[in-house]
Amino acid sequence: MAADALTEPHATELSFYDTEDAHHHEAGGSTLLGFWIYLMSDALIFATLFATYGVLSTSYAGGPSPREIFELPLVAVNTALLLTSSITYGFAVIAMQDGKLRATQAWLALTGLLGIGFVAIELYEFANLIHEGATPMRSAFLSSFFTLVATHGLHVTFGIIWLGTMLVQLGQRGLIPENRRRIMCLSMFWHFLDVVWIGVFTFVYLLGVLR
Amino acid sequence: MFDESLGRAIFGRLTLESFPIHEPILLVTFAVVVLGGIGVVGAITKFKLWGWLWREWFTSIDHKKIGIMYIILGIVMLLRGFADAVMMRLQQAIAFGGNEGYLPPHHYDQVFSAHGTIMIFFVAIPLVVGLVNFVMPLQIGARDVAFPFLNNLSFWLTVAGAVLVMISLFVGEFSTAGWLNYVPVANLQNSPGTGPDYYLWALQIAGIGTTLSGINMVATVIKMRAPGMTMMKMPIFVWTAFCSNILVVAIFPVLTAAFAMLMLDRYVGFNFFTNDLGGNPMMYWNLVWIWGHPEVYVLVLPAFGIYSEITSTFTGKRLFGYSSMVYATVVITILSWLVWLHHFFTMGSGASVNSFFGIATMVISIPTGAKIFNWLFTMYRGRIRFELPMQWVIAFMLTFTVGGMTGVLLAVPPADFVLHNSLFLVAHFHNVIIGGVVFGLFAAIEYWFPKAFGFKLDPFWGRIHFWGWVIGYWVAWTPMYIAGLMGVTRRLQHIEDPTTQPLFIIAAIGVGIIAIGILAFIIQIGVSIMKREQLRDTTGDPWGGRTLEWSTSSPPPQYNFAVTPVIHDLDAWYDMKERGAQRPVSGFKPIHMPRNTGTGVILSGLALALGFAMIWYMWWLAIVSAVGLLVVSIVHTFNYNRDYFIPADEVTQNEDARTKLLAAGA
Repeated sequence: MAADALTEPHATELSFYDTEDAHHHEAGGSTLLGFWIYLMSDALIFATLFATYGVLSTSYAGGPSPREIFELPLVAVNTALLLTSSITYGFAVIAMQDGKLRATQAWLALTGLLGIGFVAIELYEFANLIHEGATPMRSAFLSSFFTLVATHGLHVTFGIIWLGTMLVQLGQRGLIPENRRRIMCLSMFWHFLDVVWIGVFTFVYLLGVLR
Repeated sequence: MFDESLGRAIFGRLTLESFPIHEPILLVTFAVVVLGGIGVVGAITKFKLWGWLWREWFTSIDHKKIGIMYIILGIVMLLRGFADAVMMRLQQAIAFGGNEGYLPPHHYDQVFSAHGTIMIFFVAIPLVVGLVNFVMPLQIGARDVAFPFLNNLSFWLTVAGAVLVMISLFVGEFSTAGWLNYVPVANLQNSPGTGPDYYLWALQIAGIGTTLSGINMVATVIKMRAPGMTMMKMPIFVWTAFCSNILVVAIFPVLTAAFAMLMLDRYVGFNFFTNDLGGNPMMYWNLVWIWGHPEVYVLVLPAFGIYSEITSTFTGKRLFGYSSMVYATVVITILSWLVWLHHFFTMGSGASVNSFFGIATMVISIPTGAKIFNWLFTMYRGRIRFELPMQWVIAFMLTFTVGGMTGVLLAVPPADFVLHNSLFLVAHFHNVIIGGVVFGLFAAIEYWFPKAFGFKLDPFWGRIHFWGWVIGYWVAWTPMYIAGLMGVTRRLQHIEDPTTQPLFIIAAIGVGIIAIGILAFIIQIGVSIMKREQLRDTTGDPWGGRTLEWSTSSPPPQYNFAVTPVIHDLDAWYDMKERGAQRPVSGFKPIHMPRNTGTGVILSGLALALGFAMIWYMWWLAIVSAVGLLVVSIVHTFNYNRDYFIPADEVTQNEDARTKLLAAGA
C-alpha cells in the first residue's frame, strides 16, 4: 500500500530500478513449470476420455463385453513392463545427477526398449481383438475402449521417439544444461504416462472384468 | 488419359464440382477476395516488403509483434464474420410468407454456422489473446513471455485454422451444424460432405495454438513478474488474463478430445456420438459445453480487466475494491465450470440436476455484480475524463447489465423451457458478448494503440465508430428480444408469421448502423496513420497511466525495459511518478533476448496442408505433411542456438534517444 510505503523510515531511498539486474531470468527457467502445466492439460484429455468411457462402458450394442475380450495376464505383463520402465528412467535421472553420461544413456536406452515392448504387446492385443470381431466400430463401448487405450499408447510412442532423439542429442552434446532440462521434462512425461496407465489398468481392465 | 482412379488418388474427393461456380454470391465474393488479395500481394511485392515482413514480423518471437499480428487477424476475420451477419439479417428481413429470400436453406445454414465459428474462434479469441500478449508482459515488467517460440507457433496455428475456414468458402462447403458443429447433424450419415470436416480440422489446429498460448501465459504470469510484484500487486488486467488462461488450459483439452472423437466417428466409423450401436449424441453436447461455458469467461474476464484499467486511469483514482475484484475474478473462474448444463436444460436431466445448474448460474451474477459496483465506486467522486476508452466503459456498463439480467432470467429452468433456442437467447448472448467482450476490445484498442504505435487514434472517427456500434447494437437486438419472447426460434431461413416482419426489418436497419461503425473504425485507423505526426505521443504515457506499460517508450523497445523496474505498489507506475523515481540514463547492460525463428510458420503451413488433405481425403498429402510435422519438430530440437545479447551500446543509443525526446517534451 502506498501509505505504508511512505511511512517506511527510508521511503525516499527506495530503489525503483533493478540496476544490478539481479533478477535476471535464466533462459528456459520456466520450462519445468510450463511442462507441468502442459501435463495437466494432457491429463484433462485423458480425463475426458475416461469420462466418455465411463458413460459408454456398458453400451455393448449386442457386441462383446469386457469379460469376454480382456486378457488380464497379457495386460499384467504390459503393466509390469511400463512400471519397470519408470524405475529404469528413475535410474537414468540419478545417473544424470551424478554426471555419468554413459550410464544415463544406457538406462534411457533400456527404458526405451521396455516402452517398445509395451507398445508391441498393446498392438498384439489390439490385433487379436480386431481379429475376433471386437473392432472399435462394433459398439460405443469398444470405440471408447480403443480410443482411451490407444491414446495412451500413442503417447508412449511419442515418448519413445523423444527418447531416441534425446539419445542422439546426448551423444552429440553430453549432459549440458539444456539436455538435463529435457531429460527432466521427458521424465515427468514418462511417469505421467505411468500414472495414466494405472488408471487404465484399474478402471478399464480390472473393473471391466469384474462387471 | 487422366483416368478417374488416378484423379481420386491424387485429389481425393476434390473434383471440379467442389468449386461452387454456380453460386453467384460466392463467385462475386471470390472475385472481390482475389482482387483484394492480388492488390495486397502486388503492393507488398512492389514496395519490396516481403523480406521485411518475414524478418521483422512473421518469424518474430517478440510478444508485442505477435500480439499486434493476432489483433490484425481478429479484425480481418471480424469483417468476414460481420459479412455473414449482414447476410442473415437481410435474409430474415425479407423471407416471409411466399418470399423465400435470396439464400437457399443449405447456404443459410452454412452462413450462420460460419458466423458463430468465426466470431468466437477467429475474432474474439485472437483479439483477446493478442491483447494479453501485448499488454500483460509489459504490465508485469517482463522482457518477453516464458516461451517466445511457442508464442509464435500458437499465432501461426491460429492463422492456419482461419485460413481453412476461409478456404471452405470457395472450395467445398462449410458445416451446416451450428457454431459448435452439433451432432446428430454433424454425423457422417447426415452430413457426408466436407462441412463438418472443415470445421473440425480448422478448430483442432487453431485450438492447439490456443492451448499452447494458454500454457505460455500462465507460466509467464507465475515466473516472469518483476521483483516486488507479489500476486496481490498485479494489475487487474494481469489477474484477469491469468484466470482466463488458466481456463484455457483447463477447457481446451476437453474440446480437443470431443472433436477428436467426432473425427473418429466421421473418418473411421467409431460410435461415440452416433444414433446407433450405443452412441450417445448428448454426450457431445455435454463435452462441447464443458468447454463452451468457461470459454465465454475466457473472453469476458480479460475484458473486465480492461474496463478496470481504463476506469481507474480515466477517473484518476486507484481502483475501488482491488482485492474484491481479484476474488470476484477467481470465483467466476471456478463457478464457470459448474454451469455448462444450462445450455440444454431441455435435455431432460430431471429437476434436481437442472436446479443445481440453474442456481449455480444465478450465483455467477453475484461476483459479476460486485465488479460493476467496483467500477461505479471507482468513478464516484473521481475526475472522470470522457475520452474514447472511457466512453466504451460507460456503454459497456449500460449494455452488459441488461444482458446479465436476461441471463439470470434464462438461468431459471422453467423459463428456459419456454425460451430455449429462441431469438431471446440469441439476443441475450449477443448482448453480453457485444456489450461485454467487443466493447471491451474496442476500448482496449483505443487505450493501448498509442502504446503500440506511438500515436493516438483519431477521436472524431472514433466517436462515429463508438456511436455506430452502440446505437446499432440496440436497434439490431432489442427487436430480437421481442421476437424471441413472441416465440420465434433461432436459425430460421424462412419465417412463417408475417406479423413479426417489422421487427426483422428494424434489426436489419440496426446491422446497417453497426456497419457504419465498422467502416468508421477502418477509416479511423487510416486517418490516424495519415495524421500520425499530429497525434504523436513522445512521453510514452499519453493518458496519465498507472501501470508499468506506460513507464517505457511508445512503441516500447524490443527489450521493453532497459532496466527491470522494481515494484512497491499496486499502481506501480503511478507510485513511481508520485515519488519521483528517476529513470536510469546510463550504466546499461547487454540484454539477453531470444532469437527469431521461421519454424512456427513452417509447422503451421504443414498443419494447414494436413488439415486440407484430411478434409478432401488426399491420403498421400496427409501422410507427407504429418511426417513433415514430426521431422520439422525434431529438427527444431537440434537447434541449441536460440538466444543472443543485445549489446549494451545499442541499448544505450536507444535510451539516449528517448532521454532526448523526454527532455524535448518536458
